[in-house]
Parts: sequence; C-alpha cells; structure tokens
Amino acid sequence: MSVVDPIVTNLTVFVLAIVVGYHVVWNVTPALHTPLMAVTNAISGIIIVGAMVAAGPKQLDAGTVLGLVAVTLAAINVFGGFLVTQRMLEMFKKKGK
Amino acid sequence: MSANSVALAYLVAAILFILALKGLSSPVSARRGNLFGMVGMLIAVATTLTLTHNVWYILLAIAAGGSIGAVVARKIQMTAMPELVAAMHSLVGLAAVLIAMSAFNNPVAYGIAHAGEVLHFSNRIELFIGTFVGAITFTGSIIAFGKLSGKLGSKPLRFAGQHWVNLLLGIVMIGFGIAFSMSPSWTPFLVMTAIALALGVLLIMPVGGADMPVVVSMLNSYSGWAAAGIGFTLNNNMLIIAGSLVGSSGAILSYIMCKAMNRAFLNVILGGFGGGEGAVAEAAGGVQKTYRSGSAEDAAFMMGNADSVIIVPGYGLAVARAQHAINEMSNMLTEKGIKVRYAIHPVAGRMPGHMNVLLAEAEVPYDQVVEMDEINNEFAGTDVVLVIGANDVVNPAAKTDPNSPIYGMPILEAHKARTILVVKRSMAAGYAGLDNDLFYLDKTMMVFGDAKKVVEEVIKALQH
Repeated sequence: MSVVDPIVTNLTVFVLAIVVGYHVVWNVTPALHTPLMAVTNAISGIIIVGAMVAAGPKQLDAGTVLGLVAVTLAAINVFGGFLVTQRMLEMFKKKGK
Repeated sequence: MSANSVALAYLVAAILFILALKGLSSPVSARRGNLFGMVGMLIAVATTLTLTHNVWYILLAIAAGGSIGAVVARKIQMTAMPELVAAMHSLVGLAAVLIAMSAFNNPVAYGIAHAGEVLHFSNRIELFIGTFVGAITFTGSIIAFGKLSGKLGSKPLRFAGQHWVNLLLGIVMIGFGIAFSMSPSWTPFLVMTAIALALGVLLIMPVGGADMPVVVSMLNSYSGWAAAGIGFTLNNNMLIIAGSLVGSSGAILSYIMCKAMNRAFLNVILGGFGGGEGAVAEAAGGVQKTYRSGSAEDAAFMMGNADSVIIVPGYGLAVARAQHAINEMSNMLTEKGIKVRYAIHPVAGRMPGHMNVLLAEAEVPYDQVVEMDEINNEFAGTDVVLVIGANDVVNPAAKTDPNSPIYGMPILEAHKARTILVVKRSMAAGYAGLDNDLFYLDKTMMVFGDAKKVVEEVIKALQH
C-alpha cells in the first residue's frame, strides 16, 4: 500500500473537527452566544502558531518580518479574546449573589 | 521537541479548546471552560516556541500584541462588543494573508518543500484558498467594524449590477488562483489577493445595519476557515482543528440569526441583503388608527398590582443606557412578590446573545432572563408585558399578515398578555420601517419618552 498523502490526513482531521464543533456549539446556551463569539475569536488566534512558524526561520528576511507582524496581530486576538470573555462571564450571576 | 511530541501536545490543546466551547452550555461551567481555553492556547504557543528560532523576537511580538489585547479587553464597553469582535476577525484575516505570503516567500523553511524545489501543486491550491478567505475576512470585517462603530454610515450601499460585478470578480479571482497553482509566481498571487480584498469590501458594503448580527456571525465563521486553510498549507493539525471549531461555530450562529430574522442563508452568503426594498410602510394610507397612551405613574400602578410581569427589552434599552434602571425597577417589583422575567428575542441586540450580556452587566440575574422559545407559551398567562426599546420582534403581523415583509419571522408573543405597556420615544416605525398593530390594541398602553427617564419615573412612583 502506498503512503497516505498529507492532504488526506488533513482532510480527515478537518472533517472530524467540524463534526465535533457542530455538536458542541449546538449545546451552547443562547444566553452565552456573545461570549461564544469572543472565545472563538481567541481560539481563532491559534493562527499565532502559523505566524510563529513564519517568524521562526533562522535567517531574518521579509518572510520572518511578515511572520512577526502576524504574531503581534494574533496575540491581540488571543489575549483580547480570552480576557474579554472572562470579563463577560464574570457578569453572569444567579439571583441572591 | 520531536515532531511526535509536538503533535501530541497539539492534541491536548485541541481537546482543551473543545472543552472551552463545551463549558459554554451553562453560565456555571463557562468560566472554567474559558480557563481550559487559555491553558490550551498556552500549551499550543509554548510547544510551537520549541520549534522556532528568533524566540526573543517572537516573545516580544506576543508581549506587544498581548498588551494591546489586554488593554482593549479591559476598557471595551459591552455595547461595543460587536465592533470589537469584528475588529478581531479582521486581525485573523490579515494574519492569514501575511502567513501565506511568508510561506510562499520561503516554503523550504516551513518544511512544505525541499531545498531547490517549488511548492507542490496541492500546497499551492491550499495556499490560494487560505489567502483569499483571509483577505475577504480582513476587508469585510473592517467594513463591518466601520458600520457597527458608526464610522461608516450603517445604510446599505448598493449599485446596479452589483451581484454581477461580485460574480465576475469572484471568477477572475479564482482564475488567477488557478494560474498561480499552475505556475507559482508573485504576480498572480498578488492580483488574486488584491481582488479578494476588494471582494471583502463589496460583499459587506451593501448590508444594512439591522442585518449586522448575521454578518458578524458569518465573518466569525470565515475567520475560522481562514485559520484552517493556513493549517492545510502548513500541514498543521492544531490550526486545522481550532479553525474548524471556530468555522462551524460561526456558521451555526449565522444560521440561528438567519432563522430569527427569517432570511435565507444563501442570500446572506451571496451578500447584498438587508433593509428589504419591499419594506416601505404601506400602513401609512387608510384610516388613522387610535392608540391609548399613559404616564409612567400609570405604568407603575399597573405593574405594581400585577402578579407577573415580563419585560421585553430591545436594543433601544441599551441605547438609552437604561439597563441598570430596569434592574432596579425589577428588583422593586420582585420584592413586592411579583414574578418578573425578561424575554429575549435572538436578535434583540446587535450580535447573537448581546442583550443577555448587557443585562448581565446591569446585574440582572441570568435565571430571570428567558429565551424566546421557552417563554412564548407563558405570555397568555401574564398580567403585564413591558416592551421597552423593542418593536419588530413583538409585531404580530409576522404571524398574521402574509403580506408583511417580516411575515414568518419568529416573534415574542407579547400580544397574548392581559396588558401590554410599550415604552417608546414616539409612534415612529422600527428597523424594518413597519407599523406595529400591537400598539393599537385596546389592552395596550403607550408610554412615550426616553426609556431611561420613563423607568426612573416608574421607580419613583413605585416607592410611594
């Protein structure tokens, strides 16, 4: 048997992740849809991983500089997203405090 | 770290992200879920750091971006959440484009091509898809941000043949993408990116302010797909998993918003919707209808003597900054032994779940806040409904008048209550430009004035 092309492995992971995402997100209570969007903003900041790879080569050139800019942008999302989500979630209180 | 340990660490991070989303199924578990998400991100970033050079530069970039993000997260007003979210989508989109350019600049460094080799055909297609989704997300979100923050007019901007122009641009863009995939060089790549950037603008410009909840959700979804696309290019499962989670989340939210506004999903994806031309108020002609109006004291008297009150808040409540006042009022009613609840329409705010956050900020306990599907059966047994800053979401025409532009849109069935109080500035029409029959019912009393002032007067009257 020949080796599986990485694109097929990627596609497998992709489809399975969508299925998981679909089931998990339908269970999110509508009251928390805004925090959901904020936290998915933070999670899409995972692109920071790609940006770090782009900034990672030993030799600094235009590509690594672009990567560093992308790291900065993604870091705004990661920190901003998680912190604003936390701030919002702390507001949700039951009666009687 | 070996490639295997990296992949396993990414797996742990991915599971933590899933748990973060799962936590949001209830306000009780949500905070812990958010913590899981943070830990997941920390693991992903720390792991990646072991793979790269320039560690100090990268840490510096993280510190710079992180402090900006932290300051914004602390300062942002809850009414401005839609703008913040839109701005953040644009950052993901731009980052995706930059990473794609960098990857094309030096594919060898990414381990996606061997020295002296150019990119594989499949990598080029992935790069092309990741780039154009990122570019559309970037400019589309900037336009959405501009409209939400009021820097651009919220009016839809349309011109004749818009759809054809978009379609043509889309085809040309794909053409250049294929050209790039065939023979990779900068020219087709940059032309393709430029067209995608223009498309982002053209797709969101025609959208009216009332439809922004759909657009924000849709761009949320795009930002996830952009991250997943880059994951394909870099063969990075972490990006693919996290990107798909975000992508499907945004898609589900768009679907929920479309359903709540009775819009076709396809119309949304194609752009150019909103402010429907058919929405011209036809009710203007015909007989002058009569309505009953009363003072805040009357409203206080009616609510004070009720057994149960349901408050229907709309975005007008937030515009008037009346959230805290309404909480004080409902606390007073609760102390009198009256059952008070809030009924939330999915599009009550300017993004999904926005009104819940605005009420939570004003310290309204979340167990008093009920979603449309759960509370609609209870209006009939309710003494008083207080509609404040809302209009179209309680318009019975959506159920009864097949000719109405909002026919078929799910509504809060406030008209079934024994008495309806409507706080409004004037008799002017709502977002959709429609007259609302609810206002002319015999059991409805209009209370004219600014939402905050009216509620404060009600509070004063209740004290006596």
